[in-house]
Amino acid sequence: MDLTTGWFLVIAALWIGYFFLEGFDFGVGALLPVLGRDDTERRVLINTIGPVWDGNEVWLLAAIGGTFAAFPEWYASLLSGFYLPVLLIVVSLILRVVAFDYRGKRPSAAWRRGWDRCLMFGSVTPAFVWGVVFANLVRGVPLDSRHEFVGSVLDLLNPYALVGGLATLLLFVLHGAVFLVLKTRGRIRSRARVLAGRIGLATLATTGGFLLWTQLHRGTPVTWILAGATVAALVAALRANRYGREGWAFVLTGAAVVALITVLFTALYPAVLPSTMDSAYSLTTTNAAASPYALRIMTWVAALFTPFVMLYQAWTYWVFRRRIDVSDIPA
Amino acid sequence: MDALDIARWQFGITTVYHYFLVPISIGLSALVAILETAWVRTGKEHYLRATKFWGKLFLINVALGVATGLIQEFQFGMAWSDYSRFVGDVLGAPLAIEALLAFFLESTFLGLWIFGWDRLPKALHAATMWIVAIGTQLSAYFILAANSWMQHPVGYRYDAASGRAELTDFGAVLTNSTVLVAFPHTITAAFVTAGALMIGISAWHLARRQHLDVFGPSLKLGLWVTVVASMGVAFSGDVQGKIMTEQQPMKMAAAEALYETTQPAAFSIFTIGSLDGSRELFSIRVPRVLSFVATGSLDGEVEGINDVQAAEQARFGPGDYKPLIPITYWSFRFMIGAGLASAGLAALGLWLTRRGRLPKSRWFWRAAIWSMGLPLVANAFGWIFTEMGRQPWAVYGVLRTSAGESPDVPPPQMLTSLIVLTLLYVVLAVVEVRLLAKYAKAGPPELVAPDEGADRPLAFAY
Repeated sequence: MDLTTGWFLVIAALWIGYFFLEGFDFGVGALLPVLGRDDTERRVLINTIGPVWDGNEVWLLAAIGGTFAAFPEWYASLLSGFYLPVLLIVVSLILRVVAFDYRGKRPSAAWRRGWDRCLMFGSVTPAFVWGVVFANLVRGVPLDSRHEFVGSVLDLLNPYALVGGLATLLLFVLHGAVFLVLKTRGRIRSRARVLAGRIGLATLATTGGFLLWTQLHRGTPVTWILAGATVAALVAALRANRYGREGWAFVLTGAAVVALITVLFTALYPAVLPSTMDSAYSLTTTNAAASPYALRIMTWVAALFTPFVMLYQAWTYWVFRRRIDVSDIPA
Repeated sequence: MDALDIARWQFGITTVYHYFLVPISIGLSALVAILETAWVRTGKEHYLRATKFWGKLFLINVALGVATGLIQEFQFGMAWSDYSRFVGDVLGAPLAIEALLAFFLESTFLGLWIFGWDRLPKALHAATMWIVAIGTQLSAYFILAANSWMQHPVGYRYDAASGRAELTDFGAVLTNSTVLVAFPHTITAAFVTAGALMIGISAWHLARRQHLDVFGPSLKLGLWVTVVASMGVAFSGDVQGKIMTEQQPMKMAAAEALYETTQPAAFSIFTIGSLDGSRELFSIRVPRVLSFVATGSLDGEVEGINDVQAAEQARFGPGDYKPLIPITYWSFRFMIGAGLASAGLAALGLWLTRRGRLPKSRWFWRAAIWSMGLPLVANAFGWIFTEMGRQPWAVYGVLRTSAGESPDVPPPQMLTSLIVLTLLYVVLAVVEVRLLAKYAKAGPPELVAPDEGADRPLAFAY
């Protein structure tokens, strides 16, 4: 396997890691006003991800930074072409980061309500917009011969992309609900379980529909198998949730996230940003890539340090593995 | 304003704003780690209270630092796509490595520190803050290596086929002489910033004679850190001046508004130039000091703006190679002036508070409180100087700033992001400053004996 394909896999892995981890963060944030009926309950929800959300978000920075290093052209065309959606994501994430830390810093109910809204908005928006962005990646965008995006922002709001956004949003909310069943006790836990069951079918239908549409656009036999795996994981997750096996349910919604993002990257390859104007203008793993020397340096760095990152991040999850409930929240 | 201006304003605003927060985080993480280590080693309660107090201010600051850092990872591609295509092969690597080595470390161990008070043994808990501090320094190194490459590109070749700079020697990029001095200069300045913050807030309480057990030692720590780190800033800045004269003669000439090549050259305290920026109208100067700053010798020759302009035209073709002289000239002075004032006040404070003295003069405490802002001013003007002083280049001698912007982002979109981000930043600044003031004035927390037993609440929760 050549280095450019290898780095395509690395970038895909970083995005998969990001969506697996921040997926349930987004879900928890989105469910804040639904599952948390008073301030203490909302604090329980926030504290299930309190120690880990920031580390989860770094997967995004690693994916973006890695893209800059390994595929500079991809980085440039993607971020300038999707200017407003990316701005919307960044603004949402800024509000979300600040909300986590500032919401508890004043006792006033209005203050906390305001930050709760930021947290919810900051979770729902990227969960949806990332889906729109990735669906457009697979669908292709108007890139000219310089690989510059020459369409309008309305081109990005096509029905296929909107279904994609809805699919990632619902999938992350489900992933978050199942995570909450796993990490809480008492009434929040039972509420989260009921809610996961209720949104399960809608998630299954939307994700299934999006996968089918993706198949019609750019299907290959491999994506058929992966799409089947996504749907199967979701069905199994819903069953596990119903029978009180939340550990399995979480693993399975995670597997569905992994499989869905894998479908998108598989459908994309060997392009990284296809052009709808002329396939000669498409960015591919070859024409978007950095030089072999830069890729070799990056390969060494990634191979040496990624294991440590995964090890200490896993350790954090182990340290904070305990379930929490309203009785754990200090006054 | 055309799209290029909008993109430049946006980059300037987001980056200078971010840099008000970064040095506080770099310096304060290490100072909090020192205080917590003092508590672990001595068991003295006031160190723990100091750790919690400064730790809380650190967290309020770091939240906004992380938030405003997000845009940094994206904005090269968003508003500077041609720049990104040109430099990505070289600068992508330090940026990606920064995320992999530094951001993961900082964020993960910060989570452990915040929530780990009753989950981790004491020494391990203190170690997590040390790791955060190391993470901030690593991050600073890689991003400065990237910036230094823009000041003084090394370890690359221009590839005509792909039309971009390609990395040939990553070691050369990481050991660029520019980053080897920029790093100590930046890090010591970060410690000055955090030290001054400690001085100012401690002074507020000591002036009221409250919480002496916590703020007495904090003031002392702040004063020492500020004085010692200021020496580091001055020393590294001096070396930096010489390197800059060699690598970017225009920046040094512009810093001094020195129009004609002079030997020996005097340091300007105040200069007014003509409107077209080609000659000097009036100035007050100290003899020979500029020669020393630029070359290390009192007799050294310093090239003037007009000669450098001619030399660069010969090298790069016709064009205007002068930065905005009033900006480089005044930002250089504000940087040095604010830095010197901060160092001088801290040295004075160290003398006046020797052996535990607490001066009665209200002016002393007022000055101490207001001195908090000086390093922030110095940092901001330092970056404005070094970035604006490099213009018209984005990468010195290689890529013009005007050739780096995203050619096809519609100007209304660019304007939207400029307005949205600026408004958001203003609101967040108000929120952050008010929160910092609230918690700074509230003073250190009283310690409560932890309840034993499995059902006790978490020691810390959002």
